[in-house]
Amino acid sequence: MSKKILLSHGGGGEETSSLIKELFFKHFENEILLKMEDAAALEMNTTKIAFTTDSFTVSPLFFNGGNIGKLAIAGTVNDLVMMGAQPKYLTCSFMIEEGFSFDDLESIVISMKEEMSKSGVKIVAGDTKVVPKGGVDGLFINTSGVGEIVVEGISAHNLKPNQSLIVSNEVGNHGACILARREDIELETELKTDCASLWKPVEALIKAGVKVAAYRDATRGGLSAVLNEWAEASNVCLEIEEEKIPVANEVKGVCEMLGFEPYEFANEGTMVICVQEGEEEKVLNILHKFEETKKASLIGKVTDKYKNRVILHSAWGSSRFLEPPKGELLPRIC
Amino acid sequence: MQPEIDLITSFRNPEHIKALAAVIKKEVSRPINIMEVCGGHTHTIMKFGLPQILPEEINFVHGPGCPVCIMPKERIDHAIALASMPNTILATLGDMIRVPGSQTSLQKLRAEGKDIRSLYSPLDVIKIAKENPEKNVVFFAIGFETTTPMSAALVEIVLKEDIKNVFFHINHVTVPEPVDAIMSGGDAKIDAFLGPSHVSVITGYKIYEPIVQKYGTPISVAGFEPTDVMESILRIIRQFNAGTERFVDNQYTRAVSREGNLKAQELIARFMEQREHFRWRGIGDIPKSALKLKDQFAHMDAEVVFKEFLPTQELDDHKLCICGSILKGLAKPYDCKVFGKACTPSNPMGSCMVSSEGACSAYFKYGKLSKKGA
Repeated sequence: MSKKILLSHGGGGEETSSLIKELFFKHFENEILLKMEDAAALEMNTTKIAFTTDSFTVSPLFFNGGNIGKLAIAGTVNDLVMMGAQPKYLTCSFMIEEGFSFDDLESIVISMKEEMSKSGVKIVAGDTKVVPKGGVDGLFINTSGVGEIVVEGISAHNLKPNQSLIVSNEVGNHGACILARREDIELETELKTDCASLWKPVEALIKAGVKVAAYRDATRGGLSAVLNEWAEASNVCLEIEEEKIPVANEVKGVCEMLGFEPYEFANEGTMVICVQEGEEEKVLNILHKFEETKKASLIGKVTDKYKNRVILHSAWGSSRFLEPPKGELLPRIC
Repeated sequence: MQPEIDLITSFRNPEHIKALAAVIKKEVSRPINIMEVCGGHTHTIMKFGLPQILPEEINFVHGPGCPVCIMPKERIDHAIALASMPNTILATLGDMIRVPGSQTSLQKLRAEGKDIRSLYSPLDVIKIAKENPEKNVVFFAIGFETTTPMSAALVEIVLKEDIKNVFFHINHVTVPEPVDAIMSGGDAKIDAFLGPSHVSVITGYKIYEPIVQKYGTPISVAGFEPTDVMESILRIIRQFNAGTERFVDNQYTRAVSREGNLKAQELIARFMEQREHFRWRGIGDIPKSALKLKDQFAHMDAEVVFKEFLPTQELDDHKLCICGSILKGLAKPYDCKVFGKACTPSNPMGSCMVSSEGACSAYFKYGKLSKKGA
């Protein structure tokens, strides 16, 4: 029989200690973590620090192109990166349901290690809890992270007319991929999550000195949520050319079948960037060099046509407001 | 290898849409009020902003073809009563769970701990019933002719596998009767119809022939994509311009025939029959406009088996809500005092705001910029 996680693995005694050593230390190994102090003592090169946290509860835990572990690293790394910060240190808490497979846990931990290598971030402190059956749905992970702010003044409040809007990848892949994998839909598809750490491309943009007003990763609520949040935070209008938004054909198909909009689907490695006028080509050229941002596209402009609004222009001359996502996603009937 | 046809972008080609708009503008010779019967078409028209690129002569009137919107409150109260019964799982489709009844909605009831499932396919009921043999599973079936065959297929499997714990509350409605009711009322000024897409796949376009004969209004059965709708409008204009006898036109030839899906029709006829009466929200009683299980299947008919639990009082909409007039083609969402204020998709007062196919919801989501719904 395959090895299972037991309640005793979270009890704080010998079993906990062996789980930590055999699994977490083995893969997350670094000097600070291995000191096993009550808290990690960190050195930072700056006093400007970005600090964030996120909890991951995705179901299913494994999906095409990733798993909850990869998501837990990329998600928190990206939140730091979106503030112009280089991700440095993470903490990581596992909440594990009693009876969870050790092998599954290990493969999740290995993906976390691999994802960390893409941005050079380290897990320096952690916690493990095992809860009785039914207490969590398999596994929940929380990660918190700190990063050194390399460029200051990146903010959702910075948008001004004439700036340009770039999306770094196709939108909706993660949301559609998860939806298709849900037990009650069972769509057969080769769709893959876009889950990725965005430090490398953003680092390249920072090094090239491009003038960026704001970055934001389009996670829950998708592209639509980011654009609407920005329009509101900066009291501006964002005008988007719908045909410029990259959407995979399969995502379009899932949306048509179930009655959703790809702009409302979650992404886990796709960001929107607001750049100064004249910087568009430079930014696109850099982004196109990286696998995770090679489909980047200029999608629109900041204007003062309305306040707090996002307008979607069709290629045949009609326009509509893109409303922020609301309520529970329910499929349409016919 | 066969050439790959892109079933989405091919029908949203900007050049084709613009070309159709130009021809329509050139050929239109009189004002035409076109009722799109189906909520799916309302959605297409608003999402793709078609009124913005069509000439003023073309005026869309939204019809009664959204199965969630036309459900009277007392039947939503039925769903709520059924879901509140002990030892029961209530299963239904899509945004039905958000519609407010007289006191609460299925969504709120679910948050209070009642077991309510929103399904993607009616056949999921089989799995739920087998996993919960000690519970009664009530399928609250809704929809026009499009979804009726799936409910009939579910009845067939339940009978064949002798599953004892599945019950049906049938709310399937049909298209021709409400269209006839609206036209015979005489208040709505409708010159032509866009015929529903998916309904017609099942029924065939023959079901609209009596309406064309009786009222002399052209009907063009259209697909759900923007070029489909634009092409159907052009074909309606050409019928008027030709001045010949009106007929049912079929634009959606890639899916619709005159006879329709005979197998599906046979399946429905085997298990269901017309109800004498069905009360439509806002429109009122329309004879023979809905289906019920045949009497021989009364043992699985939730309206018979759980009769004692079901309220009987008829309930009208909030006084300020004009869903009724909208469903009859007499008003537009912007004519409503509470539209977008007291009534929004997050907090709907009337059913047209609940379903994504409802006219109010489509106007709220897509129409606010141009204010030119139709």
